[in-house]
This record gives sequence, structure tokens and C-alpha cells, in this order.
Amino acid sequence: MKEYVLLIISAALVNNVILARFLGLCSFMGVTTRIDTAVGMGMATTFVITVSSMADWAVGAYLLEPYNLWYLRTVTFIMVIAAAVQFTEMTVKKVSPALFQMLGIYLPLITTNCAVLGVAILLVEARMTFIEATLFGFASSIGYSLVMVMMAGLRERLSFADVPRLFAGAPNGFIVASLLALAFMGFSGMTS
Amino acid sequence: MWVAVGILTTMGLVLGGLLGVAARFLAVKEDPLEEELKALLPGSQCGQCGYVGCSQYAAALAKGEAPITLCPPGGKDVIEALAKKLGVTVDLSEHEEAVPQHAFIIEDLCIGCTRCIRECSTDSILGANKLMHTIIMETCHGCAKCVSVCPTEAIMMVRTPVTLNNWHWPKPEAQNNPAVPQPAHAH
Repeated sequence: MKEYVLLIISAALVNNVILARFLGLCSFMGVTTRIDTAVGMGMATTFVITVSSMADWAVGAYLLEPYNLWYLRTVTFIMVIAAAVQFTEMTVKKVSPALFQMLGIYLPLITTNCAVLGVAILLVEARMTFIEATLFGFASSIGYSLVMVMMAGLRERLSFADVPRLFAGAPNGFIVASLLALAFMGFSGMTS
Repeated sequence: MWVAVGILTTMGLVLGGLLGVAARFLAVKEDPLEEELKALLPGSQCGQCGYVGCSQYAAALAKGEAPITLCPPGGKDVIEALAKKLGVTVDLSEHEEAVPQHAFIIEDLCIGCTRCIRECSTDSILGANKLMHTIIMETCHGCAKCVSVCPTEAIMMVRTPVTLNNWHWPKPEAQNNPAVPQPAHAH
């Protein structure tokens, strides 16, 4: 039990996908201008990462491992991820057209979000069990959503601040991201 | 190698099949009328109707929430096309005729700042930095966005010359009536 808790904390905070591993920075800068889009993106990505880590674990354990086909892992994982994203896109379009319009191009781009593939590759390379892999995927995506929402909140407030014109917009966002990453360094060393 | 090919093929077939089934259950019904109405509108997203863009106006039209007379760049011919498509009659005699207009650049005043080019939603302004700009009349739909951004007031709206597409039979009594103000912006 204790190791699962440690795994969750490690994946969500200490080795946060965005601020410690620096994966998925495109959507991190792209959709964090408003909190509600960040929440929607976080939920969509959480679903995709969790489903694809389970599916990718199964693909790795039952297809790639027995036939020694590890060199196929990138292409097979991307196939699984793309299918999961397509499914998510259809669901979002059906359930919430407004969110579908707000996320726009970033929704299909979850396919190429390296956080998703990164999590899948990390969990097969660490030789995790199925439960560990699921928890790892879920916790990583919770960490992703958490950072997205934090960043969106900060940027929403910063958009009202009077900053020099050269720094307004993206440059300001990068500075905030670096400060957030510094703050998350405080978690390092909490778990092995 | 054949195992790899087989595995990839099977995965592709299985995932594709699953997605196909999901697409059938999660299909979103799109109103075909909306698409047709959108095709009738100018499609330049100028926003003069009060909606964000042409597709939002088309959606409102399809639901019957918006009057069909809101599109100034389209003018009478778009109103008539919409009325025909929606099967409604519209009384155009009270319609204050927004004269078909297009922008015109007074070339002596243009300083070549390219601001109007960036504002134009139909790419109807031709020109380059520090060079004189000019309007491509065929595609300008007269939204007048460029007029407000021009720093030297070199752009004005002028009446579009009458062609077969925008000419309407004039009403006899409306002619030569001094009480009716002429909405002309004659150049």
C-alpha cells in the first residue's frame, strides 16, 4: 500500500510530467490562458493518459514482450494513443460542443502530446505491474491537470497586470512557467 | 518480421473497428440546413449581423431565432436567397437599402503601413510595407473595418458600381421624390 502512495506522489508532484520532466509543453503554453479551457484540457488528457497507459501496458506485456518486438513500441503506442484521442474527441463533441470549440486544435493534438507517449514509455521501461502502471498513468495526468490549472489561474491574473509591452503574453508565460518549475523543485528528494 | 506485420495489422483493424463502432454511437447530428445557409452568406466573418461569424448567424437562422435581414455586406440578394431557402416572405420595401459599398484607398494619402491589410477579413487589400495599397474590388464586401484603422484617413467607402448581380428594378414612386434621402456615398 505504502509503495502505491509513494508512486502516486512521485508521479504527480515530484516527477511532474510538465515541470520536472518537461513533457507536453505545447499545450501547457497553448491552452492555459483561461481556467475553464485548462480544466477541460486536463480532463481530456487525464482520460487519454489513463486509458492509454492501461492499453499500452497490455500491448507491451502481451504483444511486444512475448515476440521480442520492443523496437515497435513507439509506433504501437502511438496507434493506441491516437485511437484513444479519437474516441475522446468524439465524446467531447457529443457531450460538450462548447468545450470542443474552446479546445479546438489542441484536442486532436493530444495525440502528439509527448506527455502521453512519455508516460507510456516510462511505465513499460520501468517494468511496472498493471496496477502500478494504471496508478502511474492516472497520477501523472492528475499532476498534468494540476499544473495546467495552476498556470491558467496565474496567467488569468497576470493578464490584468501592467507588464512592459515586450513581456506581455507568451514571454510572461515562460517566466511564470520557470518560477513554477523552481517551486516544484522543492518536492525533489521527497521520494526516491 | 511477419509477426510484427501481423501484430500491427491486427491492432490497426481492431482499433479502427472500435472507433467505427464508437463513431456510430457518438455521432453528432448536424443540421444540414445550417450548412446550406452558411454557404449562402458571404463567409467573411465581418460580424456586422451581431453574431461572432457567419456560421453562428447561420445556426441562429436555422433555428429561426434571427431575422434574415441582418447581413449588410450580403445586401438584398443574400436576403432574397435566404428567404427562398427558408421559405419565408420578406417585405423588402421597408428595407433601408444599405447601398452596396466597397472600400476605396486615396492613393495620395496612403503611407503603406499595412494596417488595413491585417484588418481585412477577405484579403481584398493588395500592397506591401511602405508601398501604396489598393483594394481588390471584386472581393471587398464593404465591412468598413479598414476605414477605422487607417492612420491617415486614406480609406473611404464608395458605392459599388451596378452589375447584374446587385441591380434591382427601381420603384417608380421612390424615384424623383425629394423627401427620400439618397443614401449615397458617391465618390
